[in-house]
Amino acid sequence: MAKVNTIRLMAEKKDELLQQWIELHLASLSLRKDIIGNENLYRQSRDFIDAFVQAAEGADFEDINRVEWTTVRKILAEISTNRSRQGYSPSETASYVFTLKEAIIRLLQKEYGVQPDVLIQETLTISKILDKLGLLTFETYSKAREEVIYRQQQEMLELSTPVIQLWDGILALPLIGTLDSGRTQVVMENLLRGILSTNSDVAILDISGVPTVDTLVAQHIIKTVSAARLMGAECIISGIRPEIAQTIVQLGVDLSMVKTRATLAGALKLALDMRKLTIVQIGKA
Amino acid sequence: MKLTVKSDSLVVKSPQEIILARQKVREYARSLGFNLVDQTKLITATSELARNMVEYGGGGIVVIEHIDDQGQKGLRVTFEDQGPGIADLEMAMLDGFTTGNGLGHGLPGAKRLVNEFEIDSKIGLGTRVSIVRWA
Repeated sequence: MAKVNTIRLMAEKKDELLQQWIELHLASLSLRKDIIGNENLYRQSRDFIDAFVQAAEGADFEDINRVEWTTVRKILAEISTNRSRQGYSPSETASYVFTLKEAIIRLLQKEYGVQPDVLIQETLTISKILDKLGLLTFETYSKAREEVIYRQQQEMLELSTPVIQLWDGILALPLIGTLDSGRTQVVMENLLRGILSTNSDVAILDISGVPTVDTLVAQHIIKTVSAARLMGAECIISGIRPEIAQTIVQLGVDLSMVKTRATLAGALKLALDMRKLTIVQIGKA
Repeated sequence: MKLTVKSDSLVVKSPQEIILARQKVREYARSLGFNLVDQTKLITATSELARNMVEYGGGGIVVIEHIDDQGQKGLRVTFEDQGPGIADLEMAMLDGFTTGNGLGHGLPGAKRLVNEFEIDSKIGLGTRVSIVRWA
């Protein structure tokens, strides 16, 4: 039984293997040694060898998806996910398993150096399974990365559309970035919810931070204004820069049914007028 | 005689790629010394035409060229798709006409934002729009 030899050796020479593995692994990590505590790495790796030996004793080497390998897969997935979040590179993460392979092969070489047949057989068997596990770390790593990207996208969507109460009954939404259909949907939902929860009847949409105002953006603005109007709130669009004003006119988009102002300050003044409020100077500044 | 000094081409098939095309045009317009109003007009026209291409033509290629006509510097942007083509070009160039859900100002609006505008469309073969704005 080829596989038994390696596994027996791994259990017998666990400390030596662990030492060798961690040395090799740390050497492959370049500048990242600081992130994971050596002690933690030691503990993790010992758990991994224990789980590996235990799984290998009872299990099939061909299929790492079998139930016997569950613990091994779990430990690896945890390591890959953590490393992905901590900013390790993909190769640094994959090297975890690949340096174990190197350490095992060195151990085998020492033990079976005089029996090339056995050495080759053992090396082939152990390489096969460890390569599969290496690919698994890679897959888990990229999955964790994708989750990070997705979460950031969602966060950005939320971040970029705050609803601010400027005064009693007056809301402001500073819009920053490209106003595509997805963003408009979020803006509209936040706005309508804000109108309801703060009982506001004036909302200022500031587009100073929207780089391009084309017909689609204009259409989105018109729709948002109409929806707010249905709820009894009037919208003011502010932050219309001179170049945007000229472009909108030449494009032929009619925004005459929407109240607009060049600046947020102008919009606030209009909003206060609409609510029959005024700001009074009470002394010399 | 218009000479191409420098050019770039981009595949535009999704709304995200429209943004990339806009950014590329902005980069060219800046390097040619366009003022802010001219930059904005050209970028907005690009946005309209690229979106038409994505929405009606199934996406295509945007070519951005820095051109030179006897010392006169300009920017030419060409949009080429292999979509179904436009059935009635005269109608398509009318304000307020749309076969989709838009406002119907895309094509005529883009034409007003630039100095030169050429459109060529063949049913079943695709559409090619080329715009030029001189610096």
